[in-house]
Amino acid sequence: MARYALRFAGLSYLAVLLVAPVGLVFWRTFEHGLAPVWHAVTTHDARHAFWLTILIALIAVPANTVFGVGLALAIVRRRFPGKGLVNAVVDLPLALSPVVVGLALLLLYGRLGWFGPFFERHGIHVVFALPSMILATIFVSLPFVVREVVPVLREIGTEQEQAASTLGASSLQTLVRITLPAIRWAIAYGVVLTTARCLGEFGAVSVVSGHLVGRTETATLYVQDQFEGFDLTGAYAASVLLALIAIATLVAMNAFRPKEATR
Amino acid sequence: MASNAAAVAAPRPLGVRAPVVQGLATMYLGFVVLLPLAALVWRSSREGRHGFWQAVSAPEAVAALKLTLVAAVVVAAINAVMGTVLAWVLVRDRFVGRGVVNALIDLPFALPTIVAGLTLVALYGPRSPVGISAAYTRGAVVLALLFVTLPFVVRTVQPTLLELDREMEEAAASLGAGRLTVFRRIVLPNLVPAILSGVALAYARAIGEFGSVVLITGNLPFKTEVSSVYIYGQIQSGAPGTAAAVSVLLLSISLGVLLLIGAVRRWAWRHDVG
Repeated sequence: MARYALRFAGLSYLAVLLVAPVGLVFWRTFEHGLAPVWHAVTTHDARHAFWLTILIALIAVPANTVFGVGLALAIVRRRFPGKGLVNAVVDLPLALSPVVVGLALLLLYGRLGWFGPFFERHGIHVVFALPSMILATIFVSLPFVVREVVPVLREIGTEQEQAASTLGASSLQTLVRITLPAIRWAIAYGVVLTTARCLGEFGAVSVVSGHLVGRTETATLYVQDQFEGFDLTGAYAASVLLALIAIATLVAMNAFRPKEATR
Repeated sequence: MASNAAAVAAPRPLGVRAPVVQGLATMYLGFVVLLPLAALVWRSSREGRHGFWQAVSAPEAVAALKLTLVAAVVVAAINAVMGTVLAWVLVRDRFVGRGVVNALIDLPFALPTIVAGLTLVALYGPRSPVGISAAYTRGAVVLALLFVTLPFVVRTVQPTLLELDREMEEAAASLGAGRLTVFRRIVLPNLVPAILSGVALAYARAIGEFGSVVLITGNLPFKTEVSSVYIYGQIQSGAPGTAAAVSVLLLSISLGVLLLIGAVRRWAWRHDVG
């Protein structure tokens, strides 16, 4: 039967590529019970790495949400010179290698970069410190809210907004009471994707952070360092924690998507 | 009321005041994305035409770029087939656990790339429990890229397949067409734009991938080193000029693919309407 052959082919591909490797890491992690896992993710360096990852996400996600909605509004509702360029540049981070992103930030804020000497004179550490890591994370996670909100804004049209405006609502009232409620699920979905990208960012942060253990090491960098330092337990435990966050993201994605489709 | 009459006479601009929104949003985009890229292009141009050419034509850089582009083609081709199969199974087939499988497709999007790399090393690395060691081979590069690009084709083909009118297929079948003929002549032509768009997205992602390949490939120059790893190495060894030149080359290729995606989408849209 062709149907069973296709099902078998598809599911085995998925099993070999995705389920088996991820499953094995989970099994290896919990092989000796919970205690070593708990111990591995509560060391000083691990706690610091996860805290740093969360801190960066706490700054990058709100920034990209607010400006993402602003960008989507500008792209859909306004006409201005250079709009085509804005539209194209928004997608650019998706097509760029994270290493290239990191390098670009180094060349802008690093010692030999455009702004490097300025910050150095004022004693502000951007590169190999938190600011550049935040900028790198914002860069790579910028497109998600915009891309989720743009199609919904297009779909809802401007009739309700025009009606509100005609009835005397101020532009701020129109935004808060008409536009934002209409796009709230798209924003929520975009925020979930942005958060996942922020927590998982590796390449760009790896370039600009300098890997200073206990100082500029995020959770993903911690995984790499533990693996390369032959601390497999630590690497696996931190990976599983990140994977659990990823699975929670999947659940959130599935919770938000149907509402969007039936709205 | 006078104020209402005035509002009717001259409706205010929609949403927040126009110049504020587009001004702030565009400045943010410029500051976050364009400024760093401008610094990158500027740095690569400082090498001069000769320096730029020397940087991108260094044997190690060329080997890395070749591997990147070829591996991405292989990955795109496998994705075109397996992504379509998976989309088909998810839309047309009925079995227990289909919802879970559907949710699993997005896992590579949500999973940090370094974790993806680590899981692949655990199963297909030097200490593989199943005895398959792909580590430090070019196969490992393809494997890692397949993992991270899995969702693209599935997620572009799935909606198209859902919308596809079954009547055409039934008509063809009732006229005596075999299953394969129906798929080849009715279903596949309708899916081609979606498959192409998904493949292009997967390709663009594959040529820039870093996190998932660093652990399993061993990053051996001339053998398993991809371009993004080469750039990383140049940065670490204090050659930002070389890194910038290769980056600009890689960036132009990504940009080309991005433009191609736009063209494919417009073409598909016109076919849809016409």
